[in-house]
Amino acid sequence: MAIKTKKFSRRSPLAAVIVVLAGLLVSGGGYMAATAAVTNTTKTEVSQATIDTGKKLFLANCASCHGKNAEGTANAPTLIGVGAASVDFQVGTGRMPAQASGPQVEVKAVQFKQEDIDALAAYVASLAPGPEVPTDSYLSQVGNVTHGGELFRINCAMCHNAVGAGGALTEGKYAPKLTNTSAKHIYEAMVTGPQNMPVFSNSNLSPADKSDIISYLQYVQKTPSIGGDELSNLGPVAEGLVAWLLVLGGIVVITIWLGAKSN
Amino acid sequence: MSNAVTTKKKGGFLAGTANYLDERVGIAGIVKDFGRKIFPDHWSFMLGEVALYSFLVLLLSGTFLTFFFNPTMAETTYDGVFGPLKGAHMSSAYASTLNISFEVRGGLLMRQVHHWAALLFVAAAGLHMLRVFFTGAFRKPREINWVVGFMLFVLGMAGGFTGYSLPDDLLSGNGLRIIDGMLKGLPWIGSWTSSLLFGGEFPGNQIVPRLYSLHIMIVPALILVFLVVHLFMVVIHKHTHYSGAGKKDSNVVGYPLMPVYVAKAGGFFFIVFGVIMLTAAFVTINPVWNYGGYDPSPVSAGTQPDWYIGFLDGALRLAPTGIETTVGTATLSWNILLPMLVGVGLLGVVAVYPFIEGWITGDKREHHVLDRPRNAPTRTAIGAAGVTFYAVLWAGAGTDLIATNFKMSLNNVLSTMQILLFVAPVLAYYTTKRLCLSLQRKDREIVLHGHESGRIVRLPHGEYVEIHEPADVYQVWKLTDFKEYAPILARPNEKGIITIRARIRSSLSKMFFEDRVSPVSQTELDAAKHHGELH
Repeated sequence: MAIKTKKFSRRSPLAAVIVVLAGLLVSGGGYMAATAAVTNTTKTEVSQATIDTGKKLFLANCASCHGKNAEGTANAPTLIGVGAASVDFQVGTGRMPAQASGPQVEVKAVQFKQEDIDALAAYVASLAPGPEVPTDSYLSQVGNVTHGGELFRINCAMCHNAVGAGGALTEGKYAPKLTNTSAKHIYEAMVTGPQNMPVFSNSNLSPADKSDIISYLQYVQKTPSIGGDELSNLGPVAEGLVAWLLVLGGIVVITIWLGAKSN
Repeated sequence: MSNAVTTKKKGGFLAGTANYLDERVGIAGIVKDFGRKIFPDHWSFMLGEVALYSFLVLLLSGTFLTFFFNPTMAETTYDGVFGPLKGAHMSSAYASTLNISFEVRGGLLMRQVHHWAALLFVAAAGLHMLRVFFTGAFRKPREINWVVGFMLFVLGMAGGFTGYSLPDDLLSGNGLRIIDGMLKGLPWIGSWTSSLLFGGEFPGNQIVPRLYSLHIMIVPALILVFLVVHLFMVVIHKHTHYSGAGKKDSNVVGYPLMPVYVAKAGGFFFIVFGVIMLTAAFVTINPVWNYGGYDPSPVSAGTQPDWYIGFLDGALRLAPTGIETTVGTATLSWNILLPMLVGVGLLGVVAVYPFIEGWITGDKREHHVLDRPRNAPTRTAIGAAGVTFYAVLWAGAGTDLIATNFKMSLNNVLSTMQILLFVAPVLAYYTTKRLCLSLQRKDREIVLHGHESGRIVRLPHGEYVEIHEPADVYQVWKLTDFKEYAPILARPNEKGIITIRARIRSSLSKMFFEDRVSPVSQTELDAAKHHGELH
């Protein structure tokens, strides 16, 4: 017994082999597990099958305007290099496929399941590199709301209004209201500059700045109105309408009642 | 002593107090004179009252706000309860406005009461002016009181604008920036005037305290003075009344101030106060926390002034851009100067209109019976044109919201309004004038032939006639009680020359009175009655 035990002691020549094997198993398995975890969160690698599905969807739904190879036509721009973020925004908010041509493509009900949108995005992203769909780390609303508000007023409010109530642009175009826009879509809009919106690149607004802006907008979206009905945050025009029609109008009705002759 | 005790017991506390006051300030005489003042009853006579009561609410809520507002532009870091501004740099004025809104008990309600009352004050004053205009209440002897009332309206706008600019948030700062731009647009004196107002380059650190003294002291004091003069003149002139049986230029038909109107007006004050309170409790106004502290770089979409400054903002928006003239050392920017001229011109015409009309009609008699608007077709038409002109300018301030909410092109909305500004008043003038004349003809018809009764009668020889029921005497009075004016001819003066002044007056008189419908005369009425009896 004593000899046997000695045979399998740490001084045995086999021990080194076992240790190396165990080490390889742990580090290699760990690496595999780690890379698997990374691919899961970033979704950078997509299978050729997904891209093929995306291409089929593209040919069926988008190619009539954007061209069979997404090279663009007289009616619509090329999608080579617009990236997955652009597709996810345009299709994910229901803007694309466009219903009608006009000053601006309108928001409507979303036409695809998220997995189809992802496939389309994967196909477009496979054509040329472009902005990617943001990871959740950019979208968690833990940014600095004060800083985000300030950035929003300086960079966004002239079109979207100070609290994202929307505003007019030229020739029937407009900046939409941001009262229901999701964090992901706000981020994608900033990096891709859809329709009439300028691109806010990372050198212009860093990912942290974007996260702050998103946090501010989410705060505004979630906070109920503080002083009563907020009149869609349209400002003094809506207030003037209420003052004339409801307040003064109501008082005039009362004066008519007071001035009525008793029967 | 026993005598005095018995007197007291006789009348009780009220009589004792009344006697005490009468012996010292002669209250019996005041109550007898003032309390027996007669006021006619009509809903439209209460609009000025609404403005008065809103002003009282403004004084009350404004006093509350002064206890907590800090009118300085000293920089501070916000450390209040409102999350999205925590740590932001701002002026003390803005920080204290946020403090009033979020931390002072009842502060937000008071801010909203104050702001809604301000909007109502100017709106009620405006509607009151329209009532006075369209009923001809500004005629002799009330021309001066019209000007006093006009001053109150303008002071209301001034009070409103100075208040709008106090919180020093993004919206108010943008409003001031426009004022700064307009001042700088004045040729020669522009930059100097702007520097004078702002104490240096815009925005400086002077404007909030300066506006504050204007807003809480000078403007309200002026409003109070004009208010006293306005009401005093109402007492001197006695109130006007609408035409009706027994109502003449020499009397006032209505109820006495004591006790009827004291009770009615007192109750009405609380109704107005209540409506303002309710609105303030349920509807947000000027959510300053949304805009952030003022920073000259951003301008939020949907930046507008309060409604009463809207017509000036609209004028700026509708003005064509890029028209400039260089005169010596100055550049005249017409995109700024034209709107200013239009605004001042419009207000100027409103201020002097009673004198213009008085000059044209040459009517020097006192008028205490109001005109029905249809019985002064040209005045009503001018009023309608003026209201339309104002309304287009006013809507001009909301072009962006009109474009987005009605899904139209901003450019098209703007050019449509530029055209409407000139076309719509003309259309309004002619339409209104023709409508008034038609209504007058209908009145004549009613007086002469009565109302259609719907009863068709077949006469023995086969003719069908509809029976007309004659209008009663009250209605006949109402429909015939107005004076007919005729155009004045341009006559030579004592030197035998027809002056240009006379020619202008004659042509204006022609415009006023060439088309007219005469009131039914007694002769016509008798003839119609006679004719009716023959039927």
